[in-house]
Amino acid sequence: MLDQVIFYLFSAVAVAGAILTVTRRNVVHSAIFLITALLATAGIFLQLRAEFLFIVQIILYVGGIMVLFVFVIMLVNLDVAVRQLRFARQKWVALLISLALAAQVGLMLWSTGKMPGQGVPVLSAVPADKLPPNSEEVAKSLFSSYLLPFEIASVLLLVAMIGAVVMAKRRA
Amino acid sequence: MQAVTQVTTEFVKQYWAPLLCGFAIVAILPLIVGYVVLVERKIMADMQARLGPMRVGPHGLLQPIADAVKLLIKEDIIPEDADKLVFWLAPVLSVGAALLAMAGLAIGPAFQIAKDINIGILFVVGVSALGIFGIVLGGWASNSHYSLIGALRSSAQLVSYETAAGMALVSGLLFAGTLNVTSIVQAQYDQGIWFGLLAPVAFFTYLVASIAETNRAPFDLPEAESELVAGYMTEFSGFRWSLYFLAEYTNMIVVASVATTLFLGGWLRPFPRTHWLDFLDFLPMVLMTGIGIYGLLRVPKQPARVQQLFMLAVAGMCFAAAFVLAAPVLIPFFKSSLIAAVKPYHDGILGGFWFIFKVSLYIYFFMWLRFTLPRYRFDQLMRLGWHFLIPLSIINVLVIGVAMILGSHFHLEGWQLLLTTIPASVLALIIALFILNAEQKSEPQRASGDASDTYA
Amino acid sequence: MLPIGHYLFLGLALFIIGVIGVVTRRNVIVILMSIELILNAVNINLVAFSRLYGDVAGQVFALFIIADAAAEAAVGLGIIIAFFRNRETVLEDEMDLLKW
Repeated sequence: MLDQVIFYLFSAVAVAGAILTVTRRNVVHSAIFLITALLATAGIFLQLRAEFLFIVQIILYVGGIMVLFVFVIMLVNLDVAVRQLRFARQKWVALLISLALAAQVGLMLWSTGKMPGQGVPVLSAVPADKLPPNSEEVAKSLFSSYLLPFEIASVLLLVAMIGAVVMAKRRA
Repeated sequence: MQAVTQVTTEFVKQYWAPLLCGFAIVAILPLIVGYVVLVERKIMADMQARLGPMRVGPHGLLQPIADAVKLLIKEDIIPEDADKLVFWLAPVLSVGAALLAMAGLAIGPAFQIAKDINIGILFVVGVSALGIFGIVLGGWASNSHYSLIGALRSSAQLVSYETAAGMALVSGLLFAGTLNVTSIVQAQYDQGIWFGLLAPVAFFTYLVASIAETNRAPFDLPEAESELVAGYMTEFSGFRWSLYFLAEYTNMIVVASVATTLFLGGWLRPFPRTHWLDFLDFLPMVLMTGIGIYGLLRVPKQPARVQQLFMLAVAGMCFAAAFVLAAPVLIPFFKSSLIAAVKPYHDGILGGFWFIFKVSLYIYFFMWLRFTLPRYRFDQLMRLGWHFLIPLSIINVLVIGVAMILGSHFHLEGWQLLLTTIPASVLALIIALFILNAEQKSEPQRASGDASDTYA
Repeated sequence: MLPIGHYLFLGLALFIIGVIGVVTRRNVIVILMSIELILNAVNINLVAFSRLYGDVAGQVFALFIIADAAAEAAVGLGIIIAFFRNRETVLEDEMDLLKW
């Protein structure tokens, strides 16, 4: 019961934050609502007992990436962007795409519900208090089975770092 | 409606203890911060051969309350062109992040809000890092150049020193092998040595980085009067300003607690496994009694009757604290059959004392530095962070790791680990200084005022 | 416990909102933020399935996605700064030259 309340609370905040992110005219407000949505998602991770991912979401996403966003928003001139039109003219495209996506996933969920004896599985495969310590598990998995992807990700980050510096540097 | 009450009772039944602790922290912390400020003013006065606040209460002991009342009844000014929503939100964010970070800390083995969370110290570090949004958004929302530049400076400083602090924490965590706060302290008990001694370079890096992160002198130029008026806080007044102030001092307590937990042995007394030092258990009691007696001696010297009574009350509180601290030590002294019954209180109460004692020493060190060192210039600050502390902390993680492997190879434990970690730390320091030197040589001489590039 | 469908619907909602943001907004910074929303929605699904099957692989991949998002944000914002320096705009329909 408590679990459900927590889930609905966080998901309501996440969805509301997401909607406000894409509809606000002021970019800084957008960023604030995106932060809200990301924090709510972190709460959902915690509700799913993914503690390590919860804190990574907070440190990396909110504390890292969003700080970068806010910084860039303050570096580029805001006033020009605020005065002009909010949306481009692709409303119908957006509507179509989102409807198609919703229909697709809805159909899928509906059809699994129709299947005999299957239905939508309930998250109860492993009881919450029987889970092994999360960060240790993630670390073990990350540094054994997924060592190569991990290294690739670090190379990707290095490339991105160099790329960002090259991009943002003033040409002499 | 019934469902709501059911959920609420379920929640309260399950989490009443953390809720109570949380209420206690939120209620008491502003008071503590007020008295930290008073202590800071007293120390400053002492170092400058003055008396400090003396008017409100005996020896200025009621000054924090007077200050709080003054701040609360001040006019609340919101600038005309400010972004109202964000202007309202920013100080709340700042103080909220700082208070939330307190939840992950353990003040003694008994008092911890979020008990045994798996991510422990990461939670504290990550959540307190969110305070940066309060600074950036506050500076942006006030729609003033001083505020914006102060906010950008402050957040640039926070971001760059957070890296160094994080890497320093990693070196400490290597010894602990866990993120859980309780287990970290337990690991220090098992090894019989503080990790601050095993990784002195990491401790030093964390010390410097934590001063910069809390915007304290000598790195306080985001909010220094002579630099940018008051930086991001320029347009804030009254209660909002005091929220920022509360956040800053809470952050000080948070970083001091993290350092204490990881590097200074948490709630363990010095040398927890050396039994002939057991008499240290009596130190808290003796200390509090001594302060109480000093207070009593000061009573006749107070000028007014009210002040005498207040001083008496302070002395009484000291004696009460001494009594609480003494009980778990003295009871088994007289009646040895009660040792087992008293044991949890013994650890909880004395552990709390030692933790708060170490945190106070750390904060005292902050204040000492503030009144001793001159302020840095912004480009010097950035250079210190990026060219010295970050390389130093990264190299330190590497060499400490090697030292640990060497130590386990030769079956070294506890104090013996110093044989490998001390040379490793020295090595890290030498390499970092070498890099700094090489960079300074290769870098073309720049005009000293050109700090604009360091923002990027 | 909750059925997995709840999490999938939440992920779907965030994903669609993100897609709408990417397609309709003109400000490149907001478009980048909408992409973050999309990646976030995917993360929710991954973690939910990871919890369902009691396997941390989903969480590991969510970690990779977060690293990827960091890289994307860094490069994307670098491009925006470089572009803003040259053209003084962050609106995508004013980015209409291949070379300047």
